[in-house]
Amino acid sequence: MTALFAQLLNGLDKGAAYALIALGLTLVFGTLGVVNFAHGALFMLGAFCAVTFRYLLTIEVVTTDPTQLSPWGQPLQVRTPIIQDWLGDWGAVIVDYSVPLSVLLAIPVMAAIGIAMERGLIRHFYKRTHAEQILVTFGLAIVIGEVVKTFYGPNPYPQPIPSDLRGTADIGAWFGLAPHILTYPIWRLVYLLFSLGVIGGVFAFLRFTTFGMVVRAGMADREAVGFLGIDIDRRFTIVFGLAAAVAGVAGAMYTPLLPPNYNMGMDFLVISFVVVVVGGMGSLPGAVLAGFLLGILQSFASMTEVKTLIPGIDQVIIYLAAVAVLLLRPRGLLGRRGVMES
Amino acid sequence: MSKLVMNRRKLIRTLGIGGATALAAPSFFTRGAWAQQFCNSPEVSGKIIFGFNVPQTGSYAEEGMEQLNGYMLAVKHINGEGDGGLLNTLKPVALKGNGVLGRKVEFVTGDTQTNTDAARDGARRMIERDGAVMVTGSVTSGEAIAQQSLAQEMGVIYMSGLTHSNDTTGKDKRRYGFRHFFMAHQSGIAIAPFLAQEYGTDRRAYHLTADYTWGWTQEESIKAATEALGWETVATIRTPLGLGDYSQYLTPVLNSGADVLILNHYGHDMVNSLPQAVQFGLRDRQANGKNFEIVVPMFSELMAVGAGDAVRGIIGTSNWQWSLEDEGTKAFTKSYGEAYGAPPSQSAHTGYVQAILYADAVERAGTFYPPEVIKALEGFEFDGMGNGPTLYRAEDHQCMKEVLVVRGNENPASRFEVLDVIGKTPREEVTYDPAIFGGELGPYEPNQCA
Repeated sequence: MTALFAQLLNGLDKGAAYALIALGLTLVFGTLGVVNFAHGALFMLGAFCAVTFRYLLTIEVVTTDPTQLSPWGQPLQVRTPIIQDWLGDWGAVIVDYSVPLSVLLAIPVMAAIGIAMERGLIRHFYKRTHAEQILVTFGLAIVIGEVVKTFYGPNPYPQPIPSDLRGTADIGAWFGLAPHILTYPIWRLVYLLFSLGVIGGVFAFLRFTTFGMVVRAGMADREAVGFLGIDIDRRFTIVFGLAAAVAGVAGAMYTPLLPPNYNMGMDFLVISFVVVVVGGMGSLPGAVLAGFLLGILQSFASMTEVKTLIPGIDQVIIYLAAVAVLLLRPRGLLGRRGVMES
Repeated sequence: MSKLVMNRRKLIRTLGIGGATALAAPSFFTRGAWAQQFCNSPEVSGKIIFGFNVPQTGSYAEEGMEQLNGYMLAVKHINGEGDGGLLNTLKPVALKGNGVLGRKVEFVTGDTQTNTDAARDGARRMIERDGAVMVTGSVTSGEAIAQQSLAQEMGVIYMSGLTHSNDTTGKDKRRYGFRHFFMAHQSGIAIAPFLAQEYGTDRRAYHLTADYTWGWTQEESIKAATEALGWETVATIRTPLGLGDYSQYLTPVLNSGADVLILNHYGHDMVNSLPQAVQFGLRDRQANGKNFEIVVPMFSELMAVGAGDAVRGIIGTSNWQWSLEDEGTKAFTKSYGEAYGAPPSQSAHTGYVQAILYADAVERAGTFYPPEVIKALEGFEFDGMGNGPTLYRAEDHQCMKEVLVVRGNENPASRFEVLDVIGKTPREEVTYDPAIFGGELGPYEPNQCA
């Protein structure tokens, strides 16, 4: 039973990442009608915001300690991050918390990248077919990946979990079980809570703000909103920036779980599109629901007992589920009538 | 006006000088009697080119870059630059610090991408396009096995880099392939007594294994060694090479009934899997009334640095460690540290040693002709390279030397001191019958590559 619960948590954790990426994809599709294959690259760029932030924080000042020798017999070089040199223990704490703090960098940077991407390229393809949109955004994803590879190299950059958030939470004990029966890494719980917070924040933003109300109205009937004298295009551009920022913070916070490299966006993109399709094209709640459901399904399929029964099932379960859902509900779980239906 | 007068005596003298000069010219590369034509013969090309083919990208890139550093340092020392490094400690040594057979060595490099096919393609390119007379380098056994098979086909000697699979000098051994690095079977022999001493003989082990030749043979060897101690194997689960998130593989361990997790992972795989295992609280757990333990049968300095605090107290085996006290290790650590600002890893060490051993074998053979170089390496007994007295065994081209048992340093005094050597298993104990792994070396006679 505890094994099932642990797998459930794993699934929620993985599903949270899927849901965050799919949420951004659906936002862009629902507002601009663009199938954005470069969205995975935005997730990757967010992860590299965390890498860059840590790099900046750990620029070191090198001093020589003549009282100690290096293993090769020269005076030992002592390296101290400049920020630690300036701020002492507080500097060390900031370096330690570089990943969560990098979200502060990722939000404006990614929003700016998203807006630039929409204004510079995507808007020229609004009236093109979905196939053409896919081609151009896929090409853009490759370009972004190669640019990152040029600057950062092809190898992954492991990012540390803040020392206070390492280790495990004894979840079993919270429910009265004996100690260590059901434990789960604290950072994975943090990521899950963070994702739920971001998802809740996006929904609240769209639900309870005037801006959100206009955007929802624009999603329902773009022309009618335009007739009311509202510049809906400008708002949709901001939504594109918002979607990029959501993907970015998802990527930044995921770095301790998966060391980022230039290609990581592609791995998530394919699954996230399946998530969007299963959830229902254009449905924000559908994207979130499908993200979590498919994450959980994938996690259960990777249990030893299941894999012994059906070897390799964990690699294909998401696609099998997508086939099943599309056969039974062609519009996806919460898909709206008329979306992507000509 | 001078007049050319050619009498019989002058004619004989002129012919004698001319003949001697003509005879001496090719012997620059062939001191012995082997002037045969062979693939990329320096006698024909006029150049001695070594091919360094290592992963510079992918899961094992860090180890590959270190290995490349080792190779480049070896070339410097062979060519008489720098402090000479292990040429000062190798016994016996034929190299004089003036290149190989009197000519400077050049090199080309390649990126195997931690991928078997790319490694093989890269090695082929080095041989066919760049004219490499010897190819060396690997960090996965898949790369090494693929390259040494190619080497046999093309008649160019391949000195493997880091490869730990039993198959490399077992069922897939080749006459043209040589391995200095130790192997999984030896890891099993070396680590078993320490596991029994530290964790007892009543344990239940769960293996997570990288899904390729090295992982399979290490799992097999460690499973055999631990079961011989009395341990039970609960499960052996294969994980894809290059996986980042191991959560789906670690969660089942928690309730499997196992009390030891054995990670048959290397490079980035281990750098990811070990900290994640610790994140999942495995080392804080009790199972079957005992502390849960994690074992990494083969690990390196670089992996230990990458895994950070998670590596503390973890037991494994290693081919070499810079903190050893012998003269060879001290010399190499000094040379490497001065060149690159950090102590060398075992990957750098094995690469360096392989390049030196090949060059020395050519010098001793007096030719680059592969069959003679192979014979010079086969059965070669040497010392002073940091691993104690070592034999390049003729039967399978496996180096026989002591194996180190290491543990993640609990209290490192500096950022370099991440591993402690807790034991050395003598060469006699890790020497095995080469017949147990089968395989055929193949013929000496080289093929013509072009």
